[in-house]
Amino acid sequence: MKGNLKKISEGAAKYIFLLFGSLAVVSVLAITFYMFVKGLPALAQVGVTDLLFGTVWKPTAAEPSYGIFYIILSSIIGTMGAVLIGVPIGLLTAVFLTDYTSGSPRGRKLSGILTAAVELLAAIPSVIYGLIGMMILNPFMYRLEKIIFADSETHQFTGGSNMISAIIVLAVMILPTVINISASSIRAVPQSLRSASLGLGATKLQTIFLVVIPAAKSGIMTGVVLGVGRALGEAMAINMVAGGAVNLPLPFNSVRFLTTQLVSEMGYSSGLHRQVLFTVGLVLYIFIVLINILLSNMKKKGE
Amino acid sequence: MMKKKTRPAETVLKGLILFSALLSIVLLAVIIIYVVNRGIQNVSPSFLTTVTSARRGTKGIAGNIVNTLLIIIVSMVIAGPVGVGAAIYLNEYARPGKLVQIIEFATEVLSGIPSIIFGLFGMMFFVETLGLGYCILSGSLTLSLMVLPLITRNTQEALKTVPDGYRSGAIGLGAGKWYMIRTILIPSAMPGIITGVILAVGRIVGESAALLLTAGSAKLLPVGIFGKKGLFSKIFQSGGSLTVQLYLSATSESDFDTAFGTALVLLVIVFLINVMTKKLTSGMNRCSE
Repeated sequence: MKGNLKKISEGAAKYIFLLFGSLAVVSVLAITFYMFVKGLPALAQVGVTDLLFGTVWKPTAAEPSYGIFYIILSSIIGTMGAVLIGVPIGLLTAVFLTDYTSGSPRGRKLSGILTAAVELLAAIPSVIYGLIGMMILNPFMYRLEKIIFADSETHQFTGGSNMISAIIVLAVMILPTVINISASSIRAVPQSLRSASLGLGATKLQTIFLVVIPAAKSGIMTGVVLGVGRALGEAMAINMVAGGAVNLPLPFNSVRFLTTQLVSEMGYSSGLHRQVLFTVGLVLYIFIVLINILLSNMKKKGE
Repeated sequence: MMKKKTRPAETVLKGLILFSALLSIVLLAVIIIYVVNRGIQNVSPSFLTTVTSARRGTKGIAGNIVNTLLIIIVSMVIAGPVGVGAAIYLNEYARPGKLVQIIEFATEVLSGIPSIIFGLFGMMFFVETLGLGYCILSGSLTLSLMVLPLITRNTQEALKTVPDGYRSGAIGLGAGKWYMIRTILIPSAMPGIITGVILAVGRIVGESAALLLTAGSAKLLPVGIFGKKGLFSKIFQSGGSLTVQLYLSATSESDFDTAFGTALVLLVIVFLINVMTKKLTSGMNRCSE
């Protein structure tokens, strides 16, 4: 009797673990399925070009219009801006952590503090980034706005909630990802390459920028793509600093991103408006899937 | 004799490297100082133990603290066993092949999906299709999917460090595979599993977008344990986490005192979790050396 029970539990364990293992696969399939099933109807109803390339977003007007082109564009420009600012800073920080401070004990101490700081930056909830952005960045932007557009009659004042604020917040939020991935790929560059370069008479900085970084290129690119994914998917922090109007993504315009559109309108939308929001989710999901495919290709190449 | 040349480009580059490195430290310092400075006068014992009520004239986030704890517990009860089980399957049962590749690829994709998409899916599936409504359970189920890769991966790493001799030894002594896993592998891999769980808790504490779309925003305290308003029923009712409360306070409610008080509480929690994972991982490194 007891032996039987043991046999059963041994057999059952295997299948239960198989079930748990396949749950990840089931979840990915279910998420993909729901994104498409819920996101496609509005595309058919509004029309692909009217929806994806329309520039007027008036979902609650008497004659509603559901163009999300500016929203897509804002997400792309915001992400690009964040990467343009965040990646150089992140890469230079990684250089500081890996090659620059290895010599002196003071440098090593500083890089220890920096590592801890980067870890904490990665752990801070996005709403806190949003809150700080609201209190520090937005008032500063408003002051700039008042100076730059003092004579403009067409500019709509935003109180500082604009594209630049969102880009700065995003750039800060992708920093830890870029720093960590770049640093670990720079560390993986063989020491002999550095010695050879130094032995040929190159300076320390020439070695870093002409030998080490090119050798770590593929790893650094992985960090960049991961950063793009993070910036594209971030919702709450930028929703707090980017304002709430669908506009052409100009620096001082209040803008909506794919993610912030979902956060701010999902609560009260209904009918076709709600279905269009599902399409916004689908567009975001397709971007993310493309980034993931790119990442897995890069990893295969790296191996 | 060659004189050491000064290169202006190098000087500029050195300056830029130093600037970038200091920037992260300065940013962190600014965030901490600002939040502590604005938050400290709002965090009092009554802020942590009461609920905001205009009628009673109280201001507090006790309800949100309870909601956050409930979300952590329910999510970990679901994602803990499933994540650890998945890792055990991948490492101990499965033979290398297509199925393992597919599961590992799916796990990776899952970790790359942004939280707002999880929120959208949770809203469509758990809230609407399954009819659970906006409640703590819907939010926890959604977050379980989100943190699953973290737990699976950390457990897998930990299982890989258990020497094969342990396995063959136990099997050779006549132990069944499940018995061996239960009594030898899981205890040996425990530090890694706990690290994964703590990292997952950290992600749950900081999560907001997914919860806003699935768990609602109620801030009332449960009354008692059982019963209609009790702790257990709360799982099936709307409940806003600390992050969701911070978001609402800073935007629609324009109550920056509560926002900064909540931000300070969150920062302290995040800091403690960070210290805990550091202690655990450094302890693990010492063991393996």
